[in-house]
Amino acid sequence: MDAIILQVLNGLDKGSAYALIALGLTLIFGTLGVVNFAHGALFMLGAFCAVTLNAILRLSTETIDPSRTDFLGNPLKVKTPYVENWFGPEIGGAMIEWSVPLAIVFAIPVMVAVGIATERGLIKYFYKRPHADQILVTFGLAIVLQEIIKYFFGANPIPTPAPDAFIGSFDFGALVGMEAGTIIYPYWRLVYFAFAAIVIGAVFAFLQYTTFGMVVRAGMADRETVGLLGINIDKRFTIMFAIAACVAGLAGVMYAPINSPNYHMGMDFLVLSFVVVVVGGMGSLPGAVAAGFLLGILESFASMSQVVNLLPGINQIIIYLVAIIILLTRPRGLLGRKGVMEG
Amino acid sequence: MLGLNNKDLMLFAIVIAITLLAPVILNPFPVESDLAQFNAGYPDLMQRFVIFGIFAIGFNILFGLTGYLSFGHAAFLGVGSYAGVWMMKLLTMNVVPAIIVSVIFAGLFSLLVGFISLRRSGIYFSILTLAFAQMSFSLAYSVLTPITNGETGLQLSLNDPRILGVSQTADGSIPMTNFFGIAMRDGFELSMGGWLFTFNAGYYLCAAVMLIAFYVSIRIFRSPFGVMLKAVKSNQQRMLYTGLNSRPYTLAAFVISGMYAGLAGGLMVAMDPLAGAERMQWTASGEVVLMTILGGTGTLIGPVLGSGLIKYLENIFSKINDNILHQWFSFLPDGLEDFVVAIVYPFIGKGWHLTLGIVFMLVVIFLPGGIVEGGQRIGRLFRRKPPEDRNNTTTAAAPSAAE
Amino acid sequence: MIKRPISRRGLIKTAGVVGVGLAAPHVFIRNANAFNNEPTGGTVTLGFNVPQTGPYADEGADELRAYELAVEHLNGEGDGGMLNTFSSKALKGNGILGKKVEFVTGDTQTKSDAARASAKSMIEKDGAIMITGGSSSGVAVAVQSLCQEAGVIFMAGLTHSNDTTGKDKKANGFRHFFNGYMSAAALAPVLKNAYGTDRKAYHLTADYTWGWTQQESIASATEAMGWETVNNVLTPLAATDFSAYITPILQSDADVLVLNHYGGNMVNSLTNAVQFGLRDRQVNGKNFEIIVPLYSRLMAKGAGENVKGIFGSTNWHWSLEDEGSIAFVQSFGKKYGFPPSQAAHTCYVQTLLYADAVERGGSFNPCSVVEALEGYEFDGLGNGPTLYRADDHQCFKDVLVVKGKENPTSEFDLLEIVEVTPAAQVTYPPDHPMFAGGDLGTCNSGA
Repeated sequence: MDAIILQVLNGLDKGSAYALIALGLTLIFGTLGVVNFAHGALFMLGAFCAVTLNAILRLSTETIDPSRTDFLGNPLKVKTPYVENWFGPEIGGAMIEWSVPLAIVFAIPVMVAVGIATERGLIKYFYKRPHADQILVTFGLAIVLQEIIKYFFGANPIPTPAPDAFIGSFDFGALVGMEAGTIIYPYWRLVYFAFAAIVIGAVFAFLQYTTFGMVVRAGMADRETVGLLGINIDKRFTIMFAIAACVAGLAGVMYAPINSPNYHMGMDFLVLSFVVVVVGGMGSLPGAVAAGFLLGILESFASMSQVVNLLPGINQIIIYLVAIIILLTRPRGLLGRKGVMEG
Repeated sequence: MLGLNNKDLMLFAIVIAITLLAPVILNPFPVESDLAQFNAGYPDLMQRFVIFGIFAIGFNILFGLTGYLSFGHAAFLGVGSYAGVWMMKLLTMNVVPAIIVSVIFAGLFSLLVGFISLRRSGIYFSILTLAFAQMSFSLAYSVLTPITNGETGLQLSLNDPRILGVSQTADGSIPMTNFFGIAMRDGFELSMGGWLFTFNAGYYLCAAVMLIAFYVSIRIFRSPFGVMLKAVKSNQQRMLYTGLNSRPYTLAAFVISGMYAGLAGGLMVAMDPLAGAERMQWTASGEVVLMTILGGTGTLIGPVLGSGLIKYLENIFSKINDNILHQWFSFLPDGLEDFVVAIVYPFIGKGWHLTLGIVFMLVVIFLPGGIVEGGQRIGRLFRRKPPEDRNNTTTAAAPSAAE
Repeated sequence: MIKRPISRRGLIKTAGVVGVGLAAPHVFIRNANAFNNEPTGGTVTLGFNVPQTGPYADEGADELRAYELAVEHLNGEGDGGMLNTFSSKALKGNGILGKKVEFVTGDTQTKSDAARASAKSMIEKDGAIMITGGSSSGVAVAVQSLCQEAGVIFMAGLTHSNDTTGKDKKANGFRHFFNGYMSAAALAPVLKNAYGTDRKAYHLTADYTWGWTQQESIASATEAMGWETVNNVLTPLAATDFSAYITPILQSDADVLVLNHYGGNMVNSLTNAVQFGLRDRQVNGKNFEIIVPLYSRLMAKGAGENVKGIFGSTNWHWSLEDEGSIAFVQSFGKKYGFPPSQAAHTCYVQTLLYADAVERGGSFNPCSVVEALEGYEFDGLGNGPTLYRADDHQCFKDVLVVKGKENPTSEFDLLEIVEVTPAAQVTYPPDHPMFAGGDLGTCNSGA
């Protein structure tokens, strides 16, 4: 029982990452009609917003400490971050420690700018081009973004820890009177889940309750008619792309403490998030979220050693197996509509 | 002649000429010149050019004609490779049975995958093929290691049975792959002044197979079957209304292109008897998609050009290191030399991916029809004729979506 | 197939020859030489095949730095590094056999196929006489068998799987790096001292060849001292989040977690394990412990604070105090500004050992090199007295047991050496079951 609860928690956690990425991907599919292979790279850029902010806050002055030596036998250079010099070790240290939450503030303008620049400068010209061309150009963009990050940060993962306040885990078991230490879950992962829920809720509310959202949803349903009504859908599409980029970026920022970011983390998520989007049904926002959580939970269960012992290798393929089964039984995924991306 | 119209015959003749003379054409720079770095006329890369050319030609029969975008074609190449190596382990080092078995196994596997995946169209089809390929890769890397040798890749060993051959040669090494006694490694070198050209038996075997594959693909493009496939691409609905079931046609195209992939896989192991699991990964499937689009989807020659460009970047650009750069720019004053090297360095050597990404973007932005369109534009510049009807050689410019 | 130094004047020079050459084309059958890629000019070309793209690119970059340094030292430039401390004095700093050392580089992409393509291009196009490098066992085994077929020498870089010199060993291939068995044999006594003999171990193992051989080695060594292996769970190589594999540990009665992971897998699984509070746990009245049998300092950096106090093994570490290591760290550190990794060390040493073997054998012929290296004993290259065993072409030398440092003084100071396990303790017979099934075959000179 404990094991099952824990795997559900794991699944929710993994699912929230899938759902956040898939949400943006399906928004871009649905509104712009663009297959965006650079979406994983946007997620990666978000994570590197956190890394960059951390690095900026750690920019240091060097003082020489003659009493100690470095590996070459020269006097050791001691680094003191500027922020500690300026704000004192207390506040400066706290700023460095809280760099990941601070990076949210930093990442929103960055990702919006990246999103607008990408859409205006590149994607815009590909609305009417075949999907194959869109794949090629966005894949090229993804490689370029990755390589730029690799050039500055290297290929190794970079540790980006959460604030100390979130280190450690929450004991669910003790809460409901079970034995302590059986159902525990790290605080930061709970934060991630809550954060994902808020972002997903915000995107849905935005689309559901604002005029802007109404027009976008109309555009998703029937773009040509909306255009005929004299509504400038293009400008709204730019904003939608920026929002999608921002959602992916925020997912990346908050993911940084869970697994140290590296330059190719986007590609690792890209294929999975495509599968999630398609299983959910092209252009369906609730479908993407539902499929994200569903696949996350199934993946967690498939990793249990009892399951793997029964079906060796099942943990390697579960997501794809489920995708095939769902697509064969439900032709347009869980909640897809007819005629979207079937042509 | 050969059942081809004049235009196709011309194209085929050019392809034959280029393929046969490739060892010379690809080595335009003398061995000792600074530019020798850009020579591509060594056996391994030439073999790769034509093998990936076959892979892309086959992929184009499916994608270019029917518009069905498979994201799992690398799986067929992988299955073909494994089958080929097993033939060499069990039967003989002659490459012919290995290649035949590769094609058969890839064909059977693609029949299975195609039968299931073609129940859906559009992106749903793409994801189904992707899912099959990823499952094949994951399993080959882990659980199926007894068959695939997992991480290392399936390779020959000294104690393989090789019923129709020898387990090991007299001097105690693994026998070489051969074509009825001609070792794939054999060949001769022609040295003319500063130039050195390598003519390799393996390359010419691959080239011959590629020419046959290319010819078959032209015939398919021009056949009633090909027209039917193009009809699937332009409007499947209408075909259904006229009472035609398009599924057998698309399935046939899928299996044919799967067999092409298997042929490529078989040739790969015939040249270099090791089958690594990575050749089934989604990135490998993505690569052939990119090759086809880059060259020109639906054109006859485009996929071959696209695969050539990508393999060239991968093999030549990745080998340029900063030492070589410094040698190239050593004529510049020191400060300037360092500056130029610093500018160029991110794009070569370990940065070759960056160049690849930029090439993808530039080609697709400025040449919507791929490299072939670039060639046509240049051709038109010289001929100063109004654009002719391109449908004869290309369908890439068709505005219909091709997902 | 001979590649001479590319010089600015080469082009002009060649242009002059062309007129004459065209008149007299010269055809010759491949491999007319005594052996493949026999260097006939004033230079010799080595091929450095390292991952330059993909997750191990930084490790590959460090290997490449070491190679460039080794080439400098062989050619008599720089401070000579370990040439001065090497027990063999055959190398004079005038290249190899008087020929200046040149090199070409390639990208393995950490894929067997790409690595072979890259190695083939170095052999066929650039005339490389020796191939070296790599940072995974799959690549090492694949390139090793290629070099055997092509008739050149392969000096393996970082490869830790038992198979490289076990069932996949080849006459033309040599490994200086240690292996899974040695890690286990070195770690076991230290773990016994630190954690006692009554422990229940839970293994998470990367689901591919290297992971399996390492898990097998560690399990058998720890079981021999009384530990119980409660579970071994295989994790997909592509896994990035290990939470689903770690939570079941909370339910088990295991009190030790062994992470048979490398690189990105290791960083993530260790980070996740610490996130789930495993290190704060008490099981069976003991502190829960985590072990990472194969450490890579470069990668461990990615796990940040989480490595503190965690045991593992490594082939070499820059903080070693012997003469050879000090010379190497000085030389490397002065040139690049940071200390070398273990990957850099093994690659540097392999290059020197190859050059030395050519020099001692008096020929570039691969068979002469094989003969010179087989059963060769040397010292002064950072690992104490070392033997290149003839039976399997594996180096036998001291193995370092290390621990994540509690109070690092710099960003490089992540590991501290706990014990230097003597070579005798990690030596195994050539026919040990974990290494059985292979055959060196005979050396191939490509003639």
